[in-house]
Amino acid sequence: MFARFLLMTTQLPGDALVSLNAVNKHYGQLHVLKDINLQVRKGEVVVVIGPSGSGKSTLCRAINRLETIDDGDIAIDGKQLPEEGKELARLRADVGMVFQSFNLFAHKTILENVTLGPIKVKGVSKAEADKDAMALLERVGVGHQAPKLPAQLSGGQQQRVAIARALAMKPKVMLFDEPTSALDPEMINEVLDVMIQLAKEGMTMIVVTHEMGFARKAADRVVFMADGQIVEDATPEEFFTNPQSSRAKDFLSKLLTH
Amino acid sequence: MDVIIESLPQYWDGFLRTLFLAAVSGIIALVAGTLLAAARVSPVAALRGFSMAYVEVVRNTPLTIAFFFAAVVLPRLGVTFQQFEVAAIIALSAYTAAFIAEAVRSGVNSVPVGQAEAARSIGMKFGQVLSLIILPQALRTVIPPMINILIALVKNSSVAGAFYVLELFGYGKQLANDHGDAVMWVLVGVAFFYLLITVPLGYLAHQVERKVAIAR
Repeated sequence: MFARFLLMTTQLPGDALVSLNAVNKHYGQLHVLKDINLQVRKGEVVVVIGPSGSGKSTLCRAINRLETIDDGDIAIDGKQLPEEGKELARLRADVGMVFQSFNLFAHKTILENVTLGPIKVKGVSKAEADKDAMALLERVGVGHQAPKLPAQLSGGQQQRVAIARALAMKPKVMLFDEPTSALDPEMINEVLDVMIQLAKEGMTMIVVTHEMGFARKAADRVVFMADGQIVEDATPEEFFTNPQSSRAKDFLSKLLTH
Repeated sequence: MDVIIESLPQYWDGFLRTLFLAAVSGIIALVAGTLLAAARVSPVAALRGFSMAYVEVVRNTPLTIAFFFAAVVLPRLGVTFQQFEVAAIIALSAYTAAFIAEAVRSGVNSVPVGQAEAARSIGMKFGQVLSLIILPQALRTVIPPMINILIALVKNSSVAGAFYVLELFGYGKQLANDHGDAVMWVLVGVAFFYLLITVPLGYLAHQVERKVAIAR
């Protein structure tokens, strides 16, 4: 009876889609993730901020196991991240990832970049994948670039294609690892606009960023990391107006003076 | 000079055999070398170790030793061949595969690691990441050095002449013995027929290099 009750509670809607429990990671001597606990519910937009070297990118990459962890556990939609292999590949298909350096496939056209995953991983027909991909490319505003190669596009355009590529897999959650950090200032907004739109449509998102405007506008929660720890976890309103820790106060004051 | 004209049938026969040795060994070495390179970057530690050990040992020992193993040691271990050509092909492809593996590996390293991460992130398995994303880009950059390795292979096949295979160099030795007064012209003839294979290969490398440069 009690076991059944437990089972029910773990499957309640609104329960954690991404769940990290007591996660630790070291790079040699350096303790980059210290006892990380983080639950992200379906539809939630969580922005992770913090000074560089605080472990926020590592955290983001650990969620789809591009980084291994030493101990603790990470679960996506109730399923533990498996070891390397088929199971992991299947789970990764449900987790969209957008990188700082776009990482488009340089030898494939924009359209092929978006259709490759659905065709090769999900077995979708080429005609259907093309149709879906064109719709996604239109949605992020680069539909007319479909036959070009990535190198022919601007950084902002490439990053929007990268978002479309991730969305083409119909992921349950999207991870953004500093998606605007490699962009020229005038291109940052075109990427953020796409992300804000995505957030409005109810996508579950974990975003590592330095864009405080995005955090204020689109985040449900702000997670502040320093020295490998989660120091604060609050709504944007609370965090920006009334930070609790001295680390966060210090961080925010440095941002505001520039 | 007359000796070349007079011995054209032998030269031609040797030329074809050299071409055959190089072509068959080349194809085997390309496949084996690419597999070795794939093993070198695979997530399985044992495969990585094997590939590394193979390349280090084979690349750093003289080709003659490889021939000696294939032609003398293997038969003693019970692996016998009807023709010495088989031993020559084993030695040449095993030796050349190590160089191909290193070339492919450098090509693999030239593809930004982020693209592999992106491919894994959309759920591709290791084999798919390699065959769809990494190798198509790696091989493009690797074609010119690969052709250099194949040119070396053509010339290396002359070692077979010392192991009873009558290829170009083998015939050259024979002709030199028969025409002791015209050794220089015999060897000029041998060199000419080698150039007939290697110069077009070099030209091909040059063309491919230009084409790849434009594609970027």
